[in-house]
Amino acid sequence: MQLPKLPVGEAAEWLVDWIELYFGWLLDGISEGLRYLIGGFQDLLIFIPAPVLILLVSVLVWFVTRRDIRLAGLTALGLLLIWDLQLWDLAMLTLALVLVSTVLALAISIPLGIAAARSDPLNAALRPFLDFMQTMPSFVYLIPAVIFFGLGSVPGIIATVVFAMPPALRLTNLGIRQVPRELIEVADAFGTTPRQKLFKVQLPVALPTIMAGVNQCIMLALSMTVIASMIGAGGLGYQVLVGIQRVDIGMGFEAGLAIVILAIILDRITQNLVPQRESQ
Amino acid sequence: MKGLTKVFGQDPGKALELHRSGRSKQEIYKETGSTLALDNVSFEVMPGETFVLMGLSGSGKSTLLRCINRLIDPTEGEIRIDGEDVVRMNREELQATRRRKLGMIFQSFALLPHRTVLDNVAFGLEIQGIPADERHKKAEEVLQMVGLGGYGASMPGELSGGMKQRVGLARALTSDPDILLMDEAFSALDPLIRRDMQDELLEIQQRLGKTIVFVTHDLDEALKLGDRIALMKDGAIVQIGTPEEILTNPENAYVEKFVADVDLTRVLSASDVMRHPEPVAQCTAGPRVALHLMEEHDIPGIFVVTRQRLLRGRVTLDDAVEAVKKGKAMAEILITDIPVVAPDASLSDIISLIVGSPYPVAVADDTGRLKGVISRGAILAALARKGEDINATA
Repeated sequence: MQLPKLPVGEAAEWLVDWIELYFGWLLDGISEGLRYLIGGFQDLLIFIPAPVLILLVSVLVWFVTRRDIRLAGLTALGLLLIWDLQLWDLAMLTLALVLVSTVLALAISIPLGIAAARSDPLNAALRPFLDFMQTMPSFVYLIPAVIFFGLGSVPGIIATVVFAMPPALRLTNLGIRQVPRELIEVADAFGTTPRQKLFKVQLPVALPTIMAGVNQCIMLALSMTVIASMIGAGGLGYQVLVGIQRVDIGMGFEAGLAIVILAIILDRITQNLVPQRESQ
Repeated sequence: MKGLTKVFGQDPGKALELHRSGRSKQEIYKETGSTLALDNVSFEVMPGETFVLMGLSGSGKSTLLRCINRLIDPTEGEIRIDGEDVVRMNREELQATRRRKLGMIFQSFALLPHRTVLDNVAFGLEIQGIPADERHKKAEEVLQMVGLGGYGASMPGELSGGMKQRVGLARALTSDPDILLMDEAFSALDPLIRRDMQDELLEIQQRLGKTIVFVTHDLDEALKLGDRIALMKDGAIVQIGTPEEILTNPENAYVEKFVADVDLTRVLSASDVMRHPEPVAQCTAGPRVALHLMEEHDIPGIFVVTRQRLLRGRVTLDDAVEAVKKGKAMAEILITDIPVVAPDASLSDIISLIVGSPYPVAVADDTGRLKGVISRGAILAALARKGEDINATA
């Protein structure tokens, strides 16, 4: 016996058509804006001569790791290797994609995380969405992104933002909810307004947890921009993809190595942005 | 504070109704799942008084304290501070009252870990929108007062427990509130540091005259700090009174049991155990008179006083015998460097003075007038007597 097939697929198609019909202008607007943003970022990163940027990033690492000269040196070496492999422009495009998507993802997830921490109903409503977003295979995000935004960097960014958002949102929520009760009582007992309580107590105390979320967000964004190369997002990921298609081991390995170097540098910078506090 | 009741749970209205119809706490919990945390509590705290809320854990003392600044909203009742009912205040009024009139100190110190000590202390003023220089100046002053001058730039994580609580105290004092709410403020400190902090609090209290509501489970602490003590059980006050009243006149078996194992040497003071200073030698009298008095009363030494009974010193039996033989004057054998205690000194302090000395300790008031003497025998007798009293009634 065979059950009559429910028209789930048809319904999805209908929904997509409907959105395109009525919100096409909005999608176009977003598309234009993002294209402009990513172009600007990429131009800026490529405009700065590679040696200068390598020096700047190394100094930044040295600074945020509180004078860890070894890490700064390794950063410089890693970036020099990327430059030497003639992957510099591609790496900068990938970096631009990661930065734009991360900024967008954080701009959405941190305020939402704060809101979720303050409202149990919102938290409960968000949870199934977050579970859904995190368990869905990352490739699947590419489909609606392509449908709404075509091929290229823009759908790549959209898919990346959706993919990278959940951990930052969850950890912001968690960090604020885990602020010790006595510290909330301190804030209340001294007569804070809700806004003062948020900015002077809750957010600063939750900051290490929130930064862990930011770190996760960046790492996921990097991994997703690689996958997004399948829909033409460009950058190092595309190089890897071409390497696979042509069974060109050398090409794939070089691009993969460059991605790992970028990932480690981004990870070290974000992990050290907030000094570890001695526990009370 | 009048008729204060707090019910924790889903349906406080129903729980309240049940309570009025005379059900017990357990019955109410079974039926509604609500806990009756405070049961119609009323008391009054005088300005400048240190009022101690004491009870075992779960007795409702911390809940009661948190009702005063409405960290917990009472279900029923009123709390008046300077005539204004805190329970009926709207958010702005409550904020203003918390900022200006109430300071709070927590058991776990609750310092903000991301701020320096100075910024922690200045927190209250920052919330009030006081400019940075002004609030830092004030915070520095208060830090100086609690003995932490120069620690302003440290982070809380670098301080010891005692220092953290000094910061907590400083933070509460900086906004100059009328009332300090102290929730087991010293309970997390080890005993020596706790005693230091208690002394410090007494001193600060004497200087600033704050009204203090102090929650503790430690009777010794309550007796030391409290002008009055309210003993709580199951969300209700069992007895309110001065430390003396609670100890000597416990209202019911619960209070008696609570005070039974109190360390009597801390409670009893010099004036409780001293005997009338008899005999004494006048300083105008000669060594022969002193010797005679000592022999007659069979004592190893005698206190020497002026005609106004101002304490001059002590003469020992051996010295007096020597002086009589060699014809020395009274002034030559007078020992002026002798231990003297105030009438309100605690027995525990006196015991350490008297151990290892065959002579009694003199009790003198702050004008130097000899009020009494305390011998080892007197202390033992007093402890035995009080101990029996309490055991007999418990």
